[in-house]
Amino acid sequence: MEDMLIIKGIEFRSRLWVGTGKYKDFEQTARAIEASGADVVTVAVRRTNITDRKSSNLLDYIDPKKYKILPNTAGCYTVADALRYSRLAREAGVSDLIKLEVIGDEKTLFPDVIGLLEATGILAKEGFIVFPYTNDDPVMARRLADAGAAAVMPLAAPIGSGLGIRNPYNLKIILDTIKLPIIVDAGVGTASDVAIAMELGCDAVLLNTAIAGAKDPIAMAEAMKHAVLAGRLAYKAGRIPRKLYATASSPIEGIL
Amino acid sequence: MRLKINGEIKKNILAATLKELLEELGITPGRVAVEVNMQVIKKTDYASFRLYDGDVLEIVNFVGGG
Repeated sequence: MEDMLIIKGIEFRSRLWVGTGKYKDFEQTARAIEASGADVVTVAVRRTNITDRKSSNLLDYIDPKKYKILPNTAGCYTVADALRYSRLAREAGVSDLIKLEVIGDEKTLFPDVIGLLEATGILAKEGFIVFPYTNDDPVMARRLADAGAAAVMPLAAPIGSGLGIRNPYNLKIILDTIKLPIIVDAGVGTASDVAIAMELGCDAVLLNTAIAGAKDPIAMAEAMKHAVLAGRLAYKAGRIPRKLYATASSPIEGIL
Repeated sequence: MRLKINGEIKKNILAATLKELLEELGITPGRVAVEVNMQVIKKTDYASFRLYDGDVLEIVNFVGGG
C-alpha cells in the first residue's frame, strides 16, 4: 500500500491511533475501534483483579493479533514509575512499543518534560520503541528525537479537553525541524481537529476521549476515520496559499 | 506462606513457585506481568522462580486507557 506510515520498520495501516479508556463497556470499545479503522490501540497497565476470577479482560475484545497494542504509562509522575510501568508493560505484552507519559501536573496533565526526556533516553537504550507524549515545544521535540524517541507525540491541547489544535504554528515548526514521525496526541475534540492536524502534515493522530465521550462513539469513530483520510489527502494534494483579496474563478473575458 | 499481592496480604499460600501461585490464583500467565520485590520476572522464569514468605508481588494486566 502506498503512503504507509512506517516507524522503526513497523508498518501502520491507519494514521488514526485510538485509546480504549472511558467506554461504556468492552463491547462498545471493540465496536468503536472497529469503526475507526485504527490498527494501533493504546492501553493502560493496572493491577489485575485477583479476587474476581471471572472478570473479563480487555484483550478478549481487542485481539492483539489484529491490533498493535501500545501500552501507556498514564498516571506516572516520576521517571522511576514510568520505567517500572514500561518494563511491566513489555512483559505483559508482545512488543517493545511504549507510549511514554511522565505527568507533571494533575490539573492540566501536562508532561514533566525533564523527566520525560530522561525516561526516553533510558528506555530507548533498553530497546523500547518509545513514543513520548510531550508539549508542543519544538526544542523539546528535538531533544526527545536526540534521546532516541521513535516518534514525537506533541499534544494538541490538554488530555480530554477537546480544545483541538491550540498551536498549529508550533506544530508546523516541529514538523519542519524534526525528521521523526510526528503524531498529535491528546486534546482533539472532533473530526475537523483531526483533519487540521493531518493537513499540517502530521503523520498520525492519537485520540481517545473525542470518540469515547461522544454521544454516539461508533459514529464519531467513523467520522475520525474519514477526517484522517481527508486531512492526509489534502496535505499531499497541496493547499492553495491564503490571500487577503479575491481572485475570480470565472473568466474576465467575454463579460457583457 | 504469607505474600503481599497487589497491596493485599494473602495468608496460607501453598504455591512454592510463581507458576504455581498463578495457578492457585486462577490467573492465566499469558496476559499478565509480575513483579516480585520490585523486580519484573520474565514469563520463561515463572516455573523456576521460587517465592518466599513476605515477598511483595504486583500482578498487572492491560486495561482501557488513552
